[in-house]
Amino acid sequence: MSLTTDLEVVGTVTAHPDAGDRLIAGVPDREGLDRYRATGGYAPVEDAEALLSAVEASGLRGRGGAAFPTGTKLRTVRSGQSPVVVANGEEGEPASVKDRWLLRHRPHLVLDGLRLAGILTGAHDLHVYVSDPAAESSVTDALGEVAEAGINWDAKISVTRVDPTYVAGEETAVVRALNGGPALPQDKPPRPFDSGVDGRPTLVSNVETLANLPLIQRLGADGYRAVGTADSPGTFLLTLTGGLGNGLYEVPFGLTVRQVLTWLGQDPDQVRALLMGGYFSGVLGAQGLDVTLDYDAMRQVGSGLGCGAIGVVLQDRCPVAVSAAVMAYFARENAQQCGSCFNGTAAMAAVLEGLVEYKASDEDVRRLTYWSSFLRGRGACGTLDGATNVAAALLREFPELVDAHVAGSCATCDAGTVRVVDPPFAVGLP
Amino acid sequence: MRIKLDRTLCDGFGLCAVHAPETFSVDEWGYVSLVDRSGEIPPEHEHGVRRALLDCPVHAIIELSARDAQHEPAR
Repeated sequence: MSLTTDLEVVGTVTAHPDAGDRLIAGVPDREGLDRYRATGGYAPVEDAEALLSAVEASGLRGRGGAAFPTGTKLRTVRSGQSPVVVANGEEGEPASVKDRWLLRHRPHLVLDGLRLAGILTGAHDLHVYVSDPAAESSVTDALGEVAEAGINWDAKISVTRVDPTYVAGEETAVVRALNGGPALPQDKPPRPFDSGVDGRPTLVSNVETLANLPLIQRLGADGYRAVGTADSPGTFLLTLTGGLGNGLYEVPFGLTVRQVLTWLGQDPDQVRALLMGGYFSGVLGAQGLDVTLDYDAMRQVGSGLGCGAIGVVLQDRCPVAVSAAVMAYFARENAQQCGSCFNGTAAMAAVLEGLVEYKASDEDVRRLTYWSSFLRGRGACGTLDGATNVAAALLREFPELVDAHVAGSCATCDAGTVRVVDPPFAVGLP
Repeated sequence: MRIKLDRTLCDGFGLCAVHAPETFSVDEWGYVSLVDRSGEIPPEHEHGVRRALLDCPVHAIIELSARDAQHEPAR
């Protein structure tokens, strides 16, 4: 439920030369079954335990935002009774298009990953969970192609579409929706791997994560690790939005944003800040241009790669205004369940909006600082953590700009040439 | 004793924090989170926590059985 009806479109989809033939792989439009099988897809699994060991050795980490080791998750669910696997393609992050792109353009790669996850966990009930109608049709068509070709999986596959919201893609919201309830998060324990769909051990995995499984089957663990870094192996889909244009790029982990921008022919000096991880990690100053794009390097500087979406904030845009717009989104789009969250996001949004309007005081900034740490972990899901990240990141990265707003004079905002739209950096596919 | 708190149900009545303030942390709007996220309750606090569990009007506090407690929360 966003206030703007016009989303900016991501028209460019390109793989970095070092990415190899992995996720984007030169697919011009929608990849059908024939093309997918010609590249070696839907290959039989001779030894499930060996493939699971390869996934563990590959170091694959989840692409939904938490970056949890996928092999560990697979092995945990494998040990459960009557497990379920869900391919999560809901993509509630407004600044990200990668999951929708994969489902619309490479549905067979995702379905093959889901098939492999089913084999590796012993799950015979598989689900695809989306909110984009075009993704739903693409997957349904792909399943039709598979059935027509007589490919028989030892599993039942269901496709579920829910209304698009920020929280609908959270893993316990996914489980709740598939159990017939609203697509709203639940508190833990239990975690889905313990008790999820129908109370069964459930693996909820982002579609980009699953799309990497056929690559590991094809390349082996060592081949998979030939690209990327030791702790973040492989490639990831980067949704880049903002003042330098919008695009979906597959890049190896370990490049810096400066290197990505240079490859794209853009000028890194125009960058004032980076909005990291979609809306989840808040702003990072220009020094972020030289931090490597991998999970650990970003965490070490207090930021986060998250779902791989980065919003570029140029010199003519104010990071305070950007942060205020993101917080306003959280205050509006949270699940409205946990009191610490719906009150906390509203309170933090009020201070940030006050800063934008030159109405906030030092005391307001002190309260924002307090909330940005006290409220951490007090919601049932990660939304409140995203909100505290946004506040903490602004205070850490741009303290002098915050002071300028308290003093009532920000050169960028006074020039007033660009308004930050609400929600900011929101993008869609053509 | 091990408990879980469902924060999506908590409506800020605050009785839990009266009975077991060392276990239940209250924010400025009256909403509660567990001080120790694992939900493990030391024996000396069990009495207060049981009263909290019984008195919560929305039943947001639940005792976990030994079977539920097999897997540690990942977070």
